[in-house]
Amino acid sequence: MRLADTLRFARDAAAGYPLRTALSVLAMSIGVAAVVILTALGDGARRYVVGQFSSIGTNLVIVLPGRSGTGGFNPANAITTTPRDLTVDDAAALRRASAVSRLAPLAVGTSEISFGGKLREIIVAGSTAEFIPIRNFELVQGKGLPEEDWNRGSPVAVIGDKIREELFGNQPAVGHLIRVGDRRLRVVGVLKSLGQGLGMNTDELVIVPVSLAQAMFNSNTLFRILVEARSREAIPEAKEQVTEILKQRHRGEEDVTVITQDAVLATFDKLLGALTLGVAGIAAISLAVAGILVMNVMLVAVTQRTGEIGLLKALGAPARTIRLAFLAEAAMLSTVGAVVGYLLGQLGAFALRQAFPVFPAYPPDWAVIAGLSTALGTGLLFGVMPARRAARLDPVQALMKH
Amino acid sequence: MALIELKGIERVFQLGDAAVHALAGLDLRIDDGEYVAVMGPSGSGKSTLLNLLGLLDRPNSGTYMLEGRDVTTLSADEQARVRSERIGFVFQSFHLVPRLTAAENIALPMTLAGIPAKERHERVARALANFGLENRADHRPDQLSGGQRQRVAIARATIMQPALILADEPTGNLDRHTGDEVVNLLETLNASGVTLIVVTHDQAMGARARRQIVMEDGRIERDSSHAPG
Repeated sequence: MRLADTLRFARDAAAGYPLRTALSVLAMSIGVAAVVILTALGDGARRYVVGQFSSIGTNLVIVLPGRSGTGGFNPANAITTTPRDLTVDDAAALRRASAVSRLAPLAVGTSEISFGGKLREIIVAGSTAEFIPIRNFELVQGKGLPEEDWNRGSPVAVIGDKIREELFGNQPAVGHLIRVGDRRLRVVGVLKSLGQGLGMNTDELVIVPVSLAQAMFNSNTLFRILVEARSREAIPEAKEQVTEILKQRHRGEEDVTVITQDAVLATFDKLLGALTLGVAGIAAISLAVAGILVMNVMLVAVTQRTGEIGLLKALGAPARTIRLAFLAEAAMLSTVGAVVGYLLGQLGAFALRQAFPVFPAYPPDWAVIAGLSTALGTGLLFGVMPARRAARLDPVQALMKH
Repeated sequence: MALIELKGIERVFQLGDAAVHALAGLDLRIDDGEYVAVMGPSGSGKSTLLNLLGLLDRPNSGTYMLEGRDVTTLSADEQARVRSERIGFVFQSFHLVPRLTAAENIALPMTLAGIPAKERHERVARALANFGLENRADHRPDQLSGGQRQRVAIARATIMQPALILADEPTGNLDRHTGDEVVNLLETLNASGVTLIVVTHDQAMGARARRQIVMEDGRIERDSSHAPG
């Protein structure tokens, strides 16, 4: 039989039993749609987290006090010495490093803010003028912290958008005096609203000069030092220089942890990539189930059409022709199922993106290709057995079943 | 010339512990262009004989020469090729494919044989005209009368221009009038040179054949010929 005729024959045979065909196509399409949507979710989560983490800055190197932060725990440290604190002077010393373009010390604490009789809890970030550009924050009103000696600490503050709204409503905030803890500070700028991100919520943040924050919290330690490398290539060098300088300042003891944004990003990327893969694996099970269903449907088809198979044999169809006709039908069921499922999956991912615009729910190409080819593969694989059974039928027995 | 030569054909079915001899030491010669009716009671082996002649079944022993060639030793696919090119089947229950139109049913043997679509259309159009089915080309079997269905089936059996037509109770599901029409049609084909072998219960129909073979317990009980008419 010619290929075109085989395909037409299979198509007509599938169309001859609409309910059975529709159900197996549905099962296959649910399997493929599950792969597409679930990997879109998984990969969307990966992109979302990576995107959020990238947005905290460019080419960042982050210094944490203490050795055992990320780089592994050294028992000797725990017994002999407590880690030295990071200080503003440590941060200032890092400006010597050639691979560093700019940096900002960061001290964090909680306090209260009040204005015009209103009062609320806030997070206070003590830093310097470069903190805002390093973290990629934007201002909607006024300006950032003044460029000044890090130890001076002018009584000024940059406030988050939500705080501005709660305290000032529609009035302009810049220029007003507010009270933070026991200090009176002048509002010089308002941060642009970014919504909830990784790390801290900038909408409810108050940024003040670092020395002011340390005085407020009665402490001279830093929470972090944010260092920006000159370029992407300079990140390892910057990390090395920063580590070396701090080691020297801490009497040869490496009691800080230096992590790079890239390393953290890569970790997230790997972690969430594995998650996506796992989710895809779960979805693949539904594809295998769909494949078995196609096999079942084809076995029923062979039983239902036993008389027809007998006739085809009587009319001179060799075993190969009958095998191919049934295999083509199985392939057709799974192909249509795969295509419908792909469209359904893309539609689902589209609906997800419409419902959650910040969530980039795009199915990754590898998942789409793997999903489609698994669908076709299982369809064919599970079509082989029924097709062989049909081809092996005894024509005399088959003809009697009509 | 001998179209069919059977020598010492044995066909044994195993039913539980008992061996049933459906055909026992059968010798038979049928010449080219003959018109043969095979008769006998149920279980006499006539259907088994027809299946063997149609290469749908194999004997346990004996040889079957078709057109001078031993076909019992052929592989399944080689036998399928012989069926396709040399043998046409007409069944009691028509065996049309329900989802295919009359034209498609007639074309089915050519489709299976891989004949190009253009040639198929031409031959089907001619067959539809010959069998008075021009207006029924696009009808499905369930839209056709019994007589029309059997005519479609006969058109299908002859479309590959076989040397031999095997008909198993071709009028069994038809009333007397349409049955007669179908028999006339088969006899016209026989008159044009095709060998016709009909299995039937119907004495009247059997009597119309030039040669009657009556079977009993897997053996030929009587083999008689009479002059045409």
